[in-house]
Amino acid sequence: MSRMMINSIVLLIACLLLAFLGVTRGTLPISAEQLWQVINGDAARNIQLIVIEWRMPRVLMALLIGAALGVSGAIFQSLLRNPLGSPDILGFNTGAYSGVLVALVLFQQNIEGMTLAALLGGLITAGVVYLFAWRNGVDTFRLIIVGISVRALLMALNSWLIISASLEAALSAGLWSAGSLNGITWAKTTPVILVLLLAMVATALLARRMRLLEMGDDTACALGVPVERSRIWLMLIGVVLTAASTALVGPISFIALLAPQIARRLSGGVKGALPLAALCGALLLTAADYAAQHFFLPYQLPVGVITVSLGGLYLIALLIREARRQ
Amino acid sequence: MLLLLLLALSLMLGAKSIALHDVTHALFSSCTSADCVIVRDARLPRTLAGLLAGVALGIAGALMQSLTRNPLADPGILGVNAGAGFAVVIGIALFGADSPLDWLGFAFAGALIASLLVALTGALGGGRVNPVRLTLAGVALGAVLEGLTSGLSLLNPEIYDHLRFWHSGSLDIRNFSVLKTTFPAVVIGCAVALLLARSLNSLSMGGDMATALGTRVARTQLFGLLAIALLSGAATAAVGPIAFVGLMTPHLARWLVGNDHRWLLPATLLMTPCLLLAADILGRIAVPGELRVSIVTAILGAPMLIVLVRRKLGRGQI
Repeated sequence: MSRMMINSIVLLIACLLLAFLGVTRGTLPISAEQLWQVINGDAARNIQLIVIEWRMPRVLMALLIGAALGVSGAIFQSLLRNPLGSPDILGFNTGAYSGVLVALVLFQQNIEGMTLAALLGGLITAGVVYLFAWRNGVDTFRLIIVGISVRALLMALNSWLIISASLEAALSAGLWSAGSLNGITWAKTTPVILVLLLAMVATALLARRMRLLEMGDDTACALGVPVERSRIWLMLIGVVLTAASTALVGPISFIALLAPQIARRLSGGVKGALPLAALCGALLLTAADYAAQHFFLPYQLPVGVITVSLGGLYLIALLIREARRQ
Repeated sequence: MLLLLLLALSLMLGAKSIALHDVTHALFSSCTSADCVIVRDARLPRTLAGLLAGVALGIAGALMQSLTRNPLADPGILGVNAGAGFAVVIGIALFGADSPLDWLGFAFAGALIASLLVALTGALGGGRVNPVRLTLAGVALGAVLEGLTSGLSLLNPEIYDHLRFWHSGSLDIRNFSVLKTTFPAVVIGCAVALLLARSLNSLSMGGDMATALGTRVARTQLFGLLAIALLSGAATAAVGPIAFVGLMTPHLARWLVGNDHRWLLPATLLMTPCLLLAADILGRIAVPGELRVSIVTAILGAPMLIVLVRRKLGRGQI
């Protein structure tokens, strides 16, 4: 069995363990036996409600969104050939969040409308960043700095939207801005789940092309890959994955940056290990959410606070190491 | 001249416009009408805050850009503001600091530590500071500190209440004591910066060249760093985090008066408050209600950063 397989299985088991913890631990602890009863449908009504309607959606969405962010990050890092080229640094999730805010504040949209707005916001931001960074081709560092500026611009826009909104809309938007999995219900998740699954299937279909693209444009072209078209499709999918996640849980930073990096370490240098990146993302977000929920009682932190702190530290370490190597 | 005009405008314009005549009347004689109260208790501190913060941010930005030889440096972008903010939160949370004056000390310390950290990270590449790496290090550090700040403030509703106002970056402070405390810091910082002008000139030719010309490089860098921390700490403590101002004006000034720091620094010193006050006035009249000055500067400054990065990196000048 290859190293990648073993690592994948270990990660999968860790994810399942965390999911089990996430479902069973809380103000009302639930034993494994009770969980089994819930799955069979013969537990008490209140336990049924807590597990199926409250805890399950949260844990499942942490797994799914973590995976989506991991895949999205892997796509961008592969396309831009730079570990720093992740959608959160480039400001795509901030763009998606702007879309959500516009929908929420100006049009009072429901979740379908907000998902759509997030997708639009993310795609427009990606387009704008790419356009501004384009100058006889795209230089990665230029792309990153342009991304940072566009992000600053969007953050200003966002805080203006929040200030000018009615108090009610501003409060729900403000809670969102930190990136949180609190209060997720099945009804809210459906459109996002659909979009994410579609995008993941599309990624799986394009994964082979992505790996060929990593060999360099010329090689890929010689092997029969339509280079520019594949790149645009991949980027589109990457943005959709980030934006749809943002629509549901707000801008959660640094999972997209971290997960592919860890995946690359685990796979022993094989780039573009998408399933591994997905598993890493799922594990990271679920763990961060568990920590946010349980480590700071009686308060519940938004999970975005945890990921941004850990991810930023990792980013600094990454920069220091790259600097040393040169 | 422009600065004086903007000062006057800043006193006059707002949700309620007040004629110039009434403004002078309010400033130079005692009166109790509503207009007088507005001018003296709201607009005057606000305008002075803009002046002070503008000077501090501008000089800090110019110093950063010269010392690091990095066209993209700015106290906001490099995470120094986030450091000051984090220190203020720590101060409130752990030491029970609750007056703006106490926050000032913490803001200074935070700004100093953050600028040191960023400088160290950026300098690790073996002597020559890489602008892009420095910018990224600043962004990363800023993200971490902001994450921790919001984490702490969400854990403690009291801090959140203190911070909500401070954190959005506004000149509307209505408190003279803060200005009085920050004023000496800004003056000292500016004086140090202006004294360094000659050394900075030779430093801009490269460390070796500067040594050959008799400049003590390490000392210049140390004093420059202290001045940066003093200035951005003071500005952030007084008016909250305002980004991009320190980025824009040194470039405008360089475009106007050239690269000589003996001209560049005074030009920046005059132009930055102009920009900040103009942004504040724009924010006051552009939309009903008010647009915070930090938002206006971000909207003005971010495109500037894009233009810069397209020009500089396009020519391969990293």
